[in-house]
Amino acid sequence: MTKTRTPILEMRGITKRFPGVTALNQVDLTAYPGEVLALVGENGAGKSTLMKVLSGVHKMDEGEILVNGEKVEIADPLSSQMLGISIIYQELNVLDNMNIAENIFLGREPKKGMFEDKQKMHADARRLLDEVGLKVDTWTKVRTLSTAQKQMIEVAKALSFHSKIIIMDEPTSSLTETETETLFAIIRKMREMNVAVVYISHKLAEIFAISDEVAVLRDGVCAGRMTTADCTENDIVNAMVGRDINDLFNKQDAKIGDVVLKVEGLSTKGFLKDISFELHAGEILGFAGLVGAGRSEVMRAVFGIDKRESGDVFINGKKAFIRSPKDALRYCMGFVPEDRKSQGLVLGMSVRQNTTLAALRLVAERGFISRQKENEMTNRFVKALEVKTPSNEQRVKNLSGGNQQKVVIAKWLASSPSILILDEPTRGIDVGAKREIHALMSDLARRGVAIIMISSELPEILGMSDRIVVMHEGRIKGVIPREKADQVSIMKMVVS
Amino acid sequence: MCVITAAAEPAFLKVSNLLSTARSFSAIAIAGIGVLMIIITGGIDLSIGSVYGLAGVVSTYCCSLFGMPIWISMILGVLAGAIFGALNGLMVVYCKLPPFIATLGTMQIARGLCTILTQGYPVSNLPGGYMFLGQGKFLGIPMAIWCMAMIAVLFAVFLNKTVTGRRIFAMGGNAESTRISGINIKALIILVYTLGAALGSFAGIITASKLGVGQPTAGNGFEMDAIAAVVIGGASLSGGEGSVLGTIIGAAIIGVLRNALVLLRVDSYWQTLIMGVVIIAAVTADQLRKSGKA
Repeated sequence: MTKTRTPILEMRGITKRFPGVTALNQVDLTAYPGEVLALVGENGAGKSTLMKVLSGVHKMDEGEILVNGEKVEIADPLSSQMLGISIIYQELNVLDNMNIAENIFLGREPKKGMFEDKQKMHADARRLLDEVGLKVDTWTKVRTLSTAQKQMIEVAKALSFHSKIIIMDEPTSSLTETETETLFAIIRKMREMNVAVVYISHKLAEIFAISDEVAVLRDGVCAGRMTTADCTENDIVNAMVGRDINDLFNKQDAKIGDVVLKVEGLSTKGFLKDISFELHAGEILGFAGLVGAGRSEVMRAVFGIDKRESGDVFINGKKAFIRSPKDALRYCMGFVPEDRKSQGLVLGMSVRQNTTLAALRLVAERGFISRQKENEMTNRFVKALEVKTPSNEQRVKNLSGGNQQKVVIAKWLASSPSILILDEPTRGIDVGAKREIHALMSDLARRGVAIIMISSELPEILGMSDRIVVMHEGRIKGVIPREKADQVSIMKMVVS
Repeated sequence: MCVITAAAEPAFLKVSNLLSTARSFSAIAIAGIGVLMIIITGGIDLSIGSVYGLAGVVSTYCCSLFGMPIWISMILGVLAGAIFGALNGLMVVYCKLPPFIATLGTMQIARGLCTILTQGYPVSNLPGGYMFLGQGKFLGIPMAIWCMAMIAVLFAVFLNKTVTGRRIFAMGGNAESTRISGINIKALIILVYTLGAALGSFAGIITASKLGVGQPTAGNGFEMDAIAAVVIGGASLSGGEGSVLGTIIGAAIIGVLRNALVLLRVDSYWQTLIMGVVIIAAVTADQLRKSGKA
C-alpha cells in the first residue's frame, strides 16, 4: 500500500521564548495524513509548547507553518481550528455544567431561524458519539462523566470539526487499559479517514502500539525522528535523555520494620467498605486497581481530608485522631495528591512559597518567616529533586508538569514525614523524571520512611512495591507480595 | 499606580488641604486594609459600612450615656464590630454561606442595631477627650494619619512576613491545596473577617471622633469606598493577590479625587459619576498591566 507522502503539516524553524527560558529553538515537525506521529520528550522539552504554537495559544517568535503546502498565520485558537487543526489537551476542556451535545457544539449550535435547533444538535451529537463508541445519552451533564468519557467527547468534538490534524496531549494518563484500547481503535479509525494524528505521550509501550513515526524533542530542539517499526525503546529513550537508561525501576531492597500505620474497618458514606491494612516502616505499599476503585478515597479519609463514617487509624500502635490534614501532619504524615494543579500547589505562588507551605513553622522565628531559611530549604530540595527552574521565585504555574510534581513532593518532604502517601506520583511525567522520583522513593524507604503508592500503571506498581493491595469498587480484594505479583494475578484479584 | 494630581487648582497643594485630605481618606485606608485581607482570601465584606457606624454609636454611647472612660468605650466599639466580623466568619465556615450573602445579612442587622440603639438620634454630649483621635494632632500631623500609618506598617508586616500572613495568601490562591497542606482554613477565615470588621470599626470610631457625634447613619455606603480602594490598589476579587501599599494608594486616589473635584467646584452630582469612571479606569489599567506579565 503506497501512502501519500505529501505532508499535510510542516512546522519549520519554530522558536519560542518565554521570560528566562527558550522553550523551542529552531524546531521542525512534519506530519503526514493518515499517519500517527508520536511526539516524545522529557518534561520541559517543549512538546506542549510546540503544540500550543500550532493550536494558536502561543505566538511563535520565529519560524513558519505550512498546512497543505501553504504558509499560514495562526493568530488564535479559532484560526487554528479553521485550518483544520484540533487539539485535545491533557487537562480536558469541557464544561461540566452543560450536557454532552452542548459541549460538542458550543458556539456553533445548529439553529432554526432564531432559536437553537436542539433536536438536530442532539441527533448530530448522537451520531458522533456512536462513531467514538460512547454509549451515553447526549443529554447527560458532563459533570457526571469519568475522565475517560470526557476525553471521548473531546474526540467527538474534534471529529465534528472535520479536522485534518488532531493533536492529543497525554490522552491516556487517566484511562484504564480497556479505555486505552477504545481510544486506540478511534485513532486507527482516524488514520483510515486520512487524518494526521500527533500523539504526545510518555508511555513508550503505547507509542510502539499505535504510532507510525516518532519525533523526539530534547531541551527545546529536535533530537531525532524515527520510524516506529525500525527503532527500539532504547533508541527513543537515548534521544530523549541523551544518555543510556537501563532499568526503569531501581527499587533497592530496604529493611522492613514494624507496623507504623494500621487502618481498621474504615468506611465512608456510600462508598468505601471495611478497609483494613497495615503499613511497615521502610516498606513501599502499592495500591492497585481500576480507576474509580476507591484508592484515593481511602488515603483521603486516612489523611483527614474527607470525613469517614467508621474505622480507626493506629499510628505506631496508638489510636490516632485524625480529623483534618493538620492532625495528620502532627503524626508526621505526608500526602502528595492526585491532581497537582488543583490539590497540590498554589499555582500563583513561587517555588519557594510552595515548597515551604506545609513547613512554615520550620522556616520561621517567633512567627516571622525568615527569607534566608526559606531559601535554604528550597535550595536543598530543588537540588535533591533536580527541579528544573530558573529560580526559586519562578511561579510554579510556569513549570512543566514533572517539575511541578517535584515541587509538591518537596513540600511534603520538607516536614520530614515518617509516613508518605503518594497518589499517582508519576502521572503525566516523562521517563527521566519518573526514574528520579522512583529513585527518591526507594531512597526514602531505605531510610525507614513508610510509603504508600497509588498507581494505575501496573509496571510501576509491580516494579516499586513490596506488597500490593488490590482494590475494587470500594473494597480491598486482597494483598499480594512482590514475589507473587504480576499483571495476571492482580487482575484476577480485581475481578474475583 | 497613577496618582491624579489636580495641579489645576493651586489651593490643592496647600499643606492644610493636603493634611485634611489625607485625614479624610485615612478612614477609607484603615477599613480598606481590613477588607484587603478578606478579599485576599477570595471573600468579600459588605457589612463594613454598618460596623463602621455601629462602632461609632457604641463607643459614643458608652462614653456619653454610661460615662465610661474614653479608651474603654473605644475598645468596646471595636469589639462590637469584631463580634459581627466573627459572626460573618462563622457563617461562611459553618453555614457554608457565600461571603456576599452572609455579609449582606450582617450589613442590615448591624445597621438596624444602630438605629435601634439610638432611636434614630445622633449621640452627642461627648467628653472633650473623645475628639482627640479624630481632631487632635501629634507633631503637627493629625492623629488619624498616624493611626493609618501605624496600622499600615503593622499589617504590611503581618501579611508579608508572618506565617499567618503567608497562609492567608496561600488560601486565597488555592484553598484546597492549602487545606491539604495541613493549614486550618476555617480558623483563617474567621480571623480575617474578625480583623476586617475590627479595622472597619476603628475607622468608624475615628470618624465619630472627628465629627464629635455618633451618627446612626454613619458609614452608609462606606463599604463601597473601602472595597474600591482595595481593588484600585491592585487586589484581585478572586483572591490570592493584593497589598497594603496598594490599598493605601487606592484610598488616596479616592480621597484626592474627591478633594480635587470639590476644589474645582465640580457639581456634586458629577462627583459620583466621575468616581465610578475612575474606578473602572484604574482597575482596567491594572488588569492590562498584569496580563502583560507571564
